[in-house]
Amino acid sequence: MSVREMQAALKEARSTARISVPRRQVEWSLITKQLVLLLAAFSVLFPAYFMVITPLKTQEAYSLSKLGFPTQIYLGNFETALRGGRFFLWFGNSIILSVGAVALSTFVAAMGAFATSRMNFRGRNLLLSLISSLMVIPPVVMLIPLFLFLTRIKMISTYPGAILVYAGLLAPFSVYLLNNFFRTIPHEIIESALMDGASPLDILFRIMLPLSAPALMTLITVNMLWVWNDLLIALVLLPEDSMRTLMVGITVFGSRYNADVPVSMAGMLMASVPIFLIYLLGQRYFIRGLVAGAIKG
Amino acid sequence: MLRTKPWTPYLYLAPVSLLMLFVFGYPLIAIFDFSMRRIRGASGPFIGLENYRQIFKDEVFQQAILHNAQLLLAVPILVLVGIVLAVLLYERAAGWRVYRTILFAPFIIAIPVIGIVFSNMLSLNGAVNELLRAVGLDFLALDWLGSAQMALWSVMAIIIWHEMGFGVVLFLARLLSLNEEIQEAARIDGAGWWQRLWYVTIPQLKDVTEFYAVVSIITMLAWVFPFVYVMTRGGPGNATQVMELYIFNFAFRNSLPGIASAVAVILFLITLALMIPLFQLRARTEMEGVE
Repeated sequence: MSVREMQAALKEARSTARISVPRRQVEWSLITKQLVLLLAAFSVLFPAYFMVITPLKTQEAYSLSKLGFPTQIYLGNFETALRGGRFFLWFGNSIILSVGAVALSTFVAAMGAFATSRMNFRGRNLLLSLISSLMVIPPVVMLIPLFLFLTRIKMISTYPGAILVYAGLLAPFSVYLLNNFFRTIPHEIIESALMDGASPLDILFRIMLPLSAPALMTLITVNMLWVWNDLLIALVLLPEDSMRTLMVGITVFGSRYNADVPVSMAGMLMASVPIFLIYLLGQRYFIRGLVAGAIKG
Repeated sequence: MLRTKPWTPYLYLAPVSLLMLFVFGYPLIAIFDFSMRRIRGASGPFIGLENYRQIFKDEVFQQAILHNAQLLLAVPILVLVGIVLAVLLYERAAGWRVYRTILFAPFIIAIPVIGIVFSNMLSLNGAVNELLRAVGLDFLALDWLGSAQMALWSVMAIIIWHEMGFGVVLFLARLLSLNEEIQEAARIDGAGWWQRLWYVTIPQLKDVTEFYAVVSIITMLAWVFPFVYVMTRGGPGNATQVMELYIFNFAFRNSLPGIASAVAVILFLITLALMIPLFQLRARTEMEGVE
């Protein structure tokens, strides 16, 4: 049997198999599946719906009905939220920290991963397994010595202090991911660059990194999200009000407006919209990166 | 492999190694030292295992460990929900791409946002209870986060809500990398949906399931701080106290870093013990087609 005949036979077998199932049974299973998925989607969308409609209501309208659609749209909550919380400052701090930490960790990790993936040296495998085991250790374990150390060298509530810590926490995952990706780059490309007289640094920055663009995008997305969403480290290492990140800011904001739910939700909505838009645009980078961290790739 | 001078690799590794020595190396040694001192300010006298004796006598710490253990009940739920939803998406149920986007979204949203939205929704006269009363389930309209009996279960449900999407995407990626012929063969042999799930799909997902279970166990023991901090601060009473919050409170609220370091050591040893199965599993879980 030729390949084509086999494919045809397989197709035939598949279609008869489908037809042989009674139609009503098929419909029922389709309905059940959709119901399960709808239920799961509902559980996700319900809080989102709440977060979107609540800020459009006045306190009074909210106290009458928590879930109903607002009878008339009220935008004053956003004004109150912007006056009550320093959202622009918080956004700014979060951007500085996540960009700084990701830039630093990507740079040093790329250099390290270049060595672990393309150079021979003693202790290479030991180093690689040590690095990937660090990924699992929760930051709370390291936080006390880090806090005391940064206090001693007067780097508490400073950008460089927090950036160093974040970059260090991101480094193991970054080395791991880049090491795996660098290994997939064909040796011939590097070989021919060497023939043209390229130095190792040229090879890293002119060949490896440009060829790793998709992996880099994934890495940057996931790491940015990690720093952006962190609460614990920012809470401990950046205690000054002017250094608050968005996460710390909205946590304080949420307890201050505990009694005024529409204003509180206006703040939450403003804090979430940017990330959510980025998610919708770059979904595959998020998914790929988070799965890649979990799986040898 | 590049032919380099013998010290070149170490030169390239130096910056990242220094950074990791600062963030991991030094602190992981220091916590052992701190945990055996009575620290006021930056350091203090050596007191042996006194801090450990203290925490194991402390009822609040016992509760914290118990609560972390109770949160482990979320692990089988996460595995089950993850597999079922991933299989439905894999079978290309109508609109599966949209469902995937929706189901993964909670994993992206910041935990403080999730915490604040849910604590408002779950208050006694909040949105959830309004919905329950509207459909006639008045008896279920409880004070979800405010009562000591319910609080930890509510926190657990919210953690599941947040973590669920990761499992779905992970299992889906694994399913997409599998050989479809086996599923097809089972279908042709007349195996029903449940039979295929039980006898074909679940065995095929064994490695990734074990891996996800271990990751979730570590999450439940050592990555739940933001949920608890934002929603309950460990309360009411100590009903949602967990190890991480205990460390945070003792180190940065009560200024007793020695006691907190002893708990950090315990947490470190627990993750260390869980790391061994994790890496054996990761080595076995090879896959492609992550999309």
